[in-house]
Amino acid sequence: MANSHNPDMTPGLTNAYDPGEHPDWPAPSSVKGPVHWIKTNLFGSVTNTLLTLLAIYLLYKIIPALVQWFFVDAAYTGASRKECEAQAGGACWAFIGSRLQLFIYGFYPEVQRLRVNLSVVLLAAALVPILFDQVPQRGKWLIYSALYPFIAAWLLVGGIGGLEYVPTDKFGGLMLNVVIGVTGIAFSLPIGICLALGRQSHLPILRIVCVAFIEFIRGVPLITLLFVAAVMLSYFVPPGTNFDLLVRMLIMVTLFASGYMAEVIRGGLQAIPKGQYEAADSMGLKYWQSMRLIVLPQALKISIPGIVNTFIALYKDTTLVIVIGRLDILGIGRSSLADSKWQGLSTEVYVFVAVFFFISCFLMSRYSLYLEKKLHTGH
Amino acid sequence: MTTTVEQRSTTAQGAPNVLLKLWRNKETRSVIIQIVTIALLFAFFAYIINNAVLNLQALGKTFSFDFLKEPASYDINQALIEYTSRSSHARAMLVGILNTALVAVCGIVTATVVGFLLGVIRLSSNWLAARLVYVFIEFTRNVPVLLHILLIHGIIVHFLPLPKQAINVADALFLSNRGVYAPRPEFLDGFVYTTVAFVVAVIGAVLFRRWAKKVQEATGKIYPVFSICLGVVVVLPLVVFLLSGSPLTWEMPKMGRFNLQGGVVMLPEFLALWLALSLYTSAFISEIVRSGIMAISKGQWEAAGALGIRRNRTLQLVIIPQALRVIIPPLASQYLNLTKNSSLAIAIGYMDIVATIGGITLMQTGKEMETMIIVLLIYLSFSLVISAFMNWYNKRIALVER
Repeated sequence: MANSHNPDMTPGLTNAYDPGEHPDWPAPSSVKGPVHWIKTNLFGSVTNTLLTLLAIYLLYKIIPALVQWFFVDAAYTGASRKECEAQAGGACWAFIGSRLQLFIYGFYPEVQRLRVNLSVVLLAAALVPILFDQVPQRGKWLIYSALYPFIAAWLLVGGIGGLEYVPTDKFGGLMLNVVIGVTGIAFSLPIGICLALGRQSHLPILRIVCVAFIEFIRGVPLITLLFVAAVMLSYFVPPGTNFDLLVRMLIMVTLFASGYMAEVIRGGLQAIPKGQYEAADSMGLKYWQSMRLIVLPQALKISIPGIVNTFIALYKDTTLVIVIGRLDILGIGRSSLADSKWQGLSTEVYVFVAVFFFISCFLMSRYSLYLEKKLHTGH
Repeated sequence: MTTTVEQRSTTAQGAPNVLLKLWRNKETRSVIIQIVTIALLFAFFAYIINNAVLNLQALGKTFSFDFLKEPASYDINQALIEYTSRSSHARAMLVGILNTALVAVCGIVTATVVGFLLGVIRLSSNWLAARLVYVFIEFTRNVPVLLHILLIHGIIVHFLPLPKQAINVADALFLSNRGVYAPRPEFLDGFVYTTVAFVVAVIGAVLFRRWAKKVQEATGKIYPVFSICLGVVVVLPLVVFLLSGSPLTWEMPKMGRFNLQGGVVMLPEFLALWLALSLYTSAFISEIVRSGIMAISKGQWEAAGALGIRRNRTLQLVIIPQALRVIIPPLASQYLNLTKNSSLAIAIGYMDIVATIGGITLMQTGKEMETMIIVLLIYLSFSLVISAFMNWYNKRIALVER
């Protein structure tokens, strides 16, 4: 050890510098720097060393194989599975490429697809004032955001105002996921707030009704609710009325998400100190005023992580429409596997869809973290 | 003059005035709101029930649960109880319930173990292992569970070999694309003594633990409770088992002419569902465990250290009891989620409740209303049982405030 030290550091020579003129020596490598970091963080103890070696072995096994399959040995062109296999032994991305339009738009008529693109652009515009609070004229912009679901519904379905009618069973692919997800998100938040307030209400009947509804929704799987939408809901409307399957599904998905949303928001409401309610009362505010101005802004702020988590769960759950015969992005992928030219490429399809979902859900969760940090006004 | 004017105005606007007065009174207003709620709710239910009756009449259907007694006349590939295609629909429903319960219990156990393990590694000071687990968790929980199920099912069916070339693990486990074949235990007559010994040992261990706790509280003397309990629970049944002549044999799976024969078969559907649900849920559980342990402040460790308590006793007596309090409520909802997600079985053809009574029975009998009501009620009772149990456990370990 002593040999590695600079000779200037020896006690006799320390006074060779004037006060304040002493040069900065780097700390020895045993207490700072990459070597120290590796020692403490990777090989600190016997278990730690074993864990590190195991992790390195796993990485060594997984990473090269994955890279090989994904990129090196992958085939990007070809018209069938055989042509892919003739080129390389890895993934056959040509399959995904040849059906990309189907994956995105489903069976939406080709000449009308501009309408889908337009509604995506409008969606982006509607999201701006919600995601960022420093835009000019935010209030007016938010009104547009609130109206967006209806504008988009008109754009996509048409039939009024010169737009050609597109039946909803032509919806499919990614578009269907986004339609269900955005509708569920847009309507479940207000319904969830109402249910949460109802559950906290002083009126026993109102509270019982809300509790029963929330517990029922949370007690059954979404699949059974979708089945109810598909086979049972048509019994509950007057005979002869026809009720679009997509609308039935949207209603069920929205109710399902609002049950969970209500519980998340209830958590937020319970975290608000009683003094806030009492202060609002003593200011003479009416129930709705105190909720709107005092309680809800604080409660919603606390519940943001939970709300975004519910959104992510809802977005992932949109894949379940496959069980009642609607083809979302996963369903399109699965049904394309039946094509005899491309049989047996299930891994490619599932990996493609998985990567897509991972990217979108991961971005959502990052946004929620950012929001949490930004709104964190405590200590 | 003025009185007549006033009188006239009250008679003219009498009714609205009274209502307004009632509305402005807090108590009467709440009564009015509740009456209106009940009235609307009744009207709504009356309306949809009336519609349902009319619709059923128009289709010539009746509302009854008699179909449950009729023969189901379809096969179920995995039945924990005896079932043939001549059994009734009610029996098919029971098979479905047991299959759901099986995958839910297996999934909950695996997800808990894997989740705790991942959560602890994520917290470890080993940078590489923690990062690796983090990547795994983020990827697993940001992908829909249905996709996990389909992907794992696809891998089992496409990449495992045919039964004839099954992967042989020590002549006991055979992995093939028709499922995993494992040895089946066969209990002979004398095994009942071992079972009795095991029960006795468990009861004894519990009593000993209580007694040791009392002794510790009274005198401060600490017994090695865990090792003694473990010894009793393992050794006593083992001795009885050997004394009664080892009454247990294993039926090994063997390679037949076309297929593997004998042993227990775990179908690809069950395997895919079990693995996918466990992996997906374990990612969530590991985050819950991590936040639970992180919620315990460092001061608790230091305080226990200052009192001279050893590290493993600190973990056992100070950290884990407090962390469990944070962990249990979200863990309960993950268990519920896993049970509900098991309904996705229908996507790969595992015969759970939704696939039996809500699927094939519904198609065969055309009883949409009745079958859906049964399925919803079964899931509701599953949820209620799990949440009741977790609530009881949560109450048991909750903070006793003085």
